[in-house]
Amino acid sequence: MRTDLVIIGGGPAGMAAALSAHEQGAGVLILERDRELGGILNQCIHNGFGLHTFGEELTGPEYADRYVKRVRQAQIPCLYNTIAVDVQGGNPCRITAMNRRQGLFEIEAGAVVLAMGCRERPRGAMNIPGCRPSGIYSAGTAQRLVNMEGRMPGREVVVLGSGDIGLIMARRMSLQGAKVKLVAEIMPYSGGLKRNIVQCLDDFGIPLRLGHTVSEIHGKNRVEAVTLVKVDEALKPIAGTEEYIACDTILLSCGLIPENELSESAGARMDSVTQGPVVNAALETTAEGIFACGNVLHVHDLVDNVSKEAEKAGAFAAAYVKERMAGERREWGQAVRPKLPDKTRSVLPEGRDAGKTLICIGCPVGCLITAQKNSDGSLSISGNTCKKGEEYARNEMTAPRRSVTSFMKVEGGGCRTVSVKTRGGIPKDKIWQCMEEIRTKTVKAPVKVGDVLIADVAGTGVDVTATSNAQEKGEV
Amino acid sequence: MLDVLIIGAGASGCAVARELSRKKLKIAVLEKNADVCEGTSKANSGIVHAGFDAEPGSLKAKLNVRGSLLMKALSEELDFPYRQNGSLVLCFEERDQVRLEELRERGIQNGVEGLRILGREELLSMEPEIGEKVTAALYAPTGAIVCPFGLTIALAENAAVNGVSFHFQTQVEEIRKTENGYEAITNRGSFSAKAVVNAAGVYADEIHNMVCGSGERIRITPRKGEYLLCDKKAGNLAAHTLFQLPTALGKGVLVTPTVHGNLLLGPTAEDISDKEGVSTTADGLSRVMEKASLSIKSVPGREVITSFAGLRAKGETGDFIIGRVKGAPGFFDVAGMESPGLSCAPAVGEYVAELISDYLKPEDNPGFVSVRKGIPSMALASKQERQRLISENPAYANVICRCEMVTEGEILAAIRRPLGAKTTDGIKRRVRAGMGRCQAGFCTPKVLEILAEELGIGEDQIQKAQEGSYYLLPEEEAENGGMRKQKKPEASRKEGRDSI
Repeated sequence: MRTDLVIIGGGPAGMAAALSAHEQGAGVLILERDRELGGILNQCIHNGFGLHTFGEELTGPEYADRYVKRVRQAQIPCLYNTIAVDVQGGNPCRITAMNRRQGLFEIEAGAVVLAMGCRERPRGAMNIPGCRPSGIYSAGTAQRLVNMEGRMPGREVVVLGSGDIGLIMARRMSLQGAKVKLVAEIMPYSGGLKRNIVQCLDDFGIPLRLGHTVSEIHGKNRVEAVTLVKVDEALKPIAGTEEYIACDTILLSCGLIPENELSESAGARMDSVTQGPVVNAALETTAEGIFACGNVLHVHDLVDNVSKEAEKAGAFAAAYVKERMAGERREWGQAVRPKLPDKTRSVLPEGRDAGKTLICIGCPVGCLITAQKNSDGSLSISGNTCKKGEEYARNEMTAPRRSVTSFMKVEGGGCRTVSVKTRGGIPKDKIWQCMEEIRTKTVKAPVKVGDVLIADVAGTGVDVTATSNAQEKGEV
Repeated sequence: MLDVLIIGAGASGCAVARELSRKKLKIAVLEKNADVCEGTSKANSGIVHAGFDAEPGSLKAKLNVRGSLLMKALSEELDFPYRQNGSLVLCFEERDQVRLEELRERGIQNGVEGLRILGREELLSMEPEIGEKVTAALYAPTGAIVCPFGLTIALAENAAVNGVSFHFQTQVEEIRKTENGYEAITNRGSFSAKAVVNAAGVYADEIHNMVCGSGERIRITPRKGEYLLCDKKAGNLAAHTLFQLPTALGKGVLVTPTVHGNLLLGPTAEDISDKEGVSTTADGLSRVMEKASLSIKSVPGREVITSFAGLRAKGETGDFIIGRVKGAPGFFDVAGMESPGLSCAPAVGEYVAELISDYLKPEDNPGFVSVRKGIPSMALASKQERQRLISENPAYANVICRCEMVTEGEILAAIRRPLGAKTTDGIKRRVRAGMGRCQAGFCTPKVLEILAEELGIGEDQIQKAQEGSYYLLPEEEAENGGMRKQKKPEASRKEGRDSI
C-alpha cells in the first residue's frame, strides 16, 4: 500500500490534519484503532466544546461529528479497527499496521502525522499506598464505561484530582444516581475551570476539598474506603488530619500524558517538558517525514486548539510531501517548543454568599458577578464582562437553568448508547425529573445527531436531542 | 479416593503437582483463591537466586542450587519467561569487602559456579548506572530472573493436562485422619486422599496444625515486602539483578530488570500478623526508593507505574520445612517457603515427588506429556509469526491492551486454555493485558466484555480476583440510577464488538 500521507489516529487532531492536507491536494489515509472516528470526544458527552471553532457550545460527540461529516464528504479513506504497530521515518516513511481483515500490512507514505492523543496517569504513578482492590478507575475509564457502555462502576464515589475530567465525572456519576462523597485536590486550587466547579460540584452539593489527598486505599476485594488527609505546603500529609471516608469507587483525575510509544519507537527525540516529541516550526519531529499534533505533542486545554494546531500540521505535511516529490529537501531547522496552555488554577472566593456572588458558567472565563437585589425588586449586576454574564446572573437570581447532557440506551444499534442533550437550559429543579426520563427510555437505532428523542422533557418545553449517531447493527 | 491431595496452588504446590503427574496417581489440588498463583507466588522479586546466600547443608542451599540448575531447562520445556542475567551483590564500604569474600566462600560450598568478586572499574563496564558508593560486588553469573506467574501457571497447566484436577475457591476447614489416609473438609465438600501435601503458603501452619501432635505445631509469620515497579523506559537502568550487602540502613533492597523489561525495586521486610495484609505503606515505599538509590545513581521515581506488597511465609527454623510430618504418616509439609522459595520450586517439586513416590510406590504415567506451549505474544513475535497468528485467527490483529500490545487473540487463548483465566487478574498474569504503563485504563472495558462473552456471564459478574472484587453494578441498577431496585430482566446484551 502506498499513499502521500498517513494520519495515525482519527480523533480531533487526526481529522483536522487529514482535512487540511486533503485540501492541499495530498492523498491521505487515516488509521483509526476504534470502530469510528472521533477519538476520546465520543465519550465526552458534556458540552463546552467548539466555542472558538464554531462559535457555539457543542458536546464532544457533536464537535467530532462536524469533522466526521467533512471527512466523509471529502471521501478521505479511513481504516477502522486498525492499529499502527510501528512507524519509521525516511523517504518513504514505513508504517506497519494490522486489522482483522487485512492482517499485518505495511504502508509506504511520503509523510506521517502522529495524532494518537494522550492517556491518563494511573494510580501507580501517584504511588497511593494501601490495598489494591477493584473499584479504582481513571476518570476516563469510568467515563467510557458510563457514557459508552451504559454501565455503572459503583454507588459511592470519591474523586481524586479536580481537573476538568474529574469534575465532569463527579457530575456524571451524580446524574446517574451515585453518591459522590467529595472531590479531593492536593493543590490549594482546582485544576479545573471555575464554571465546572459551579455546575459540576456546587449544583450537586459535592464538597471540593482543596489541599487534601488520599493517603491510603482500604478494601481487600472492592474499595471500601479511603483515608483523606490534609497536606502541608510541601504537599506532605499532616498527621492527625486523617478522615476515613467510606466509598466503593475511586475515580482518579490526576493528569494526562501524551501517548508516545510510536513516536519513541520511530526514534523521534522527546521533550521532557511537553512529554511529546521535539518538533520544528513545521511540527515535524526529528524522525524524517514524521509530524505530530494534538495531545500526542503536548496536552492541550481546549479541543479547538487541537484542531487549529492539527490543521497546520496537516498542511505542513502535505507541503513536505510535495517538496519531496519535486526532489527538494529542506533543513529541519530549529526546535520550536509549542506554547503550553497556562495551568488552570481555580479558587472560588471563600465564604462567598452564593445568593449574591455568582460565578458565570457561560464560558471558560468564569467571571465573578455580584447581583444585588434592590428595594424596588430590580437587580443590580456587576462584575460581568459580557452580555451573556448579565443574562446568566439575572436567570440565576430568578429562575436558574441548566443544560443537561447524558446518554440514552439504544436498541438494535451497533453501539449501546447514544449521547443526548437538552436543547437549551431547563429549570434547575427539573434536572432529576429530566434524568429519570432520559435514563428509563430506550431509543431504537438508527439515530442521527439532532434527532428529537424526548419532546418536552419533564414538562419543561425543552426537547432532548441526540448528540451522536447510532447506526443500525451491522451497518458500517 | 484420591492418591494425593495438594493444598495450595502456588509455585510449590503446582511444582509438586506437575512432578507427581509423571506417576500414575489420582491427584487433586485445592486452592482457596479463584486462580493459581494468588498468594506469595504472585508478589515477589521474580528472582532465581544463584544459591550463595543459604546456610551450607541446609535444605534451602540444596534446593536453591538444584532449582537454579533446573529452571532454565524447565523454562524451555514449559515455555515461560526466564533469563539468566546474572546477579551482583553490591558492597558500599571498603571494609565490608571481606563479607563479599565470605559470601563467595559460602557459595562455593553450596556448589554455585562462576562466583567472582569485581572491583568498581569492572562493575562500571557491566553496570554504568551503578551508585556512587559501590566499591565492589560479588558476581554470580548463574543468577537469573523469571516470571513468577508464568512459572506457576505453566506448572499448573502442565499438571492439569497430565490429569491433575484443580479445585478453586475451595478452602480447607478441617483435616481428619482416616483409616488409610486423610479427609479434608472444605467449603465445597470433602476430599479423601492417601497422602496430603501442605503447600498452603502463609497458611501452612494452620494446615499443619490440623494434623500434628500438640508438641509438633509450627508457626508461619507473614513477612511483608513492598515493591515499586517502573516503566519499561527504566528497564535498562540495570542489566543484572543488583542485591545489596546489608548496611547501617539494615537489610538492603534489590534493583532488577524483570523478564518483561520493567525495573523492579524492593522489597521491604516487616513481620506482620495479618495473613492477608498486602497493603503498601507510604513509609515502606519511600524506604524502598531511598535504599534503591544506593544501588543505582538515579532512581526513576517518575517512571513508577505501580506498587504492590507480598508476604513471605517465614518459618521459625530459618530453613524450609519440607517432608513428613511426625506422627502423621502420609502428610507432607512444604512450609516456610520464604526466599529463595521461587528459585527452589522446580527442585521442591522433584524432591517432594520423590518423598511421596517412596511412600505410595506408584507406577509411571505412560501418557505423561512433559512439554507445554505458552500463549504466543504478538508484542514479541516476529513479522512472520505475527502474520501466521493473524491468518489462523484474525483476533490476533485486534489490539486490546495498547501499552503491552496484547491482542484479543491472546486474551481468548488465556481464557480457553486448561485452567484458563476467569478474572481480569487472571488475564493480566497470563498475557499482560493491563500490566503496562496505563495500568489497565484503556483495556479494562474491553477485557470485561471479552471475559463476559467467553464465560457466558454478565459483565457485572466479572471479578478482578476474588469474589467481591467486581467492576460494574448490575445493568438494571445503572438504569435505575444506581439505586437497588427490582427491574425487568435484562434484554439482549452485547452489541457490536467489532461490528464492522
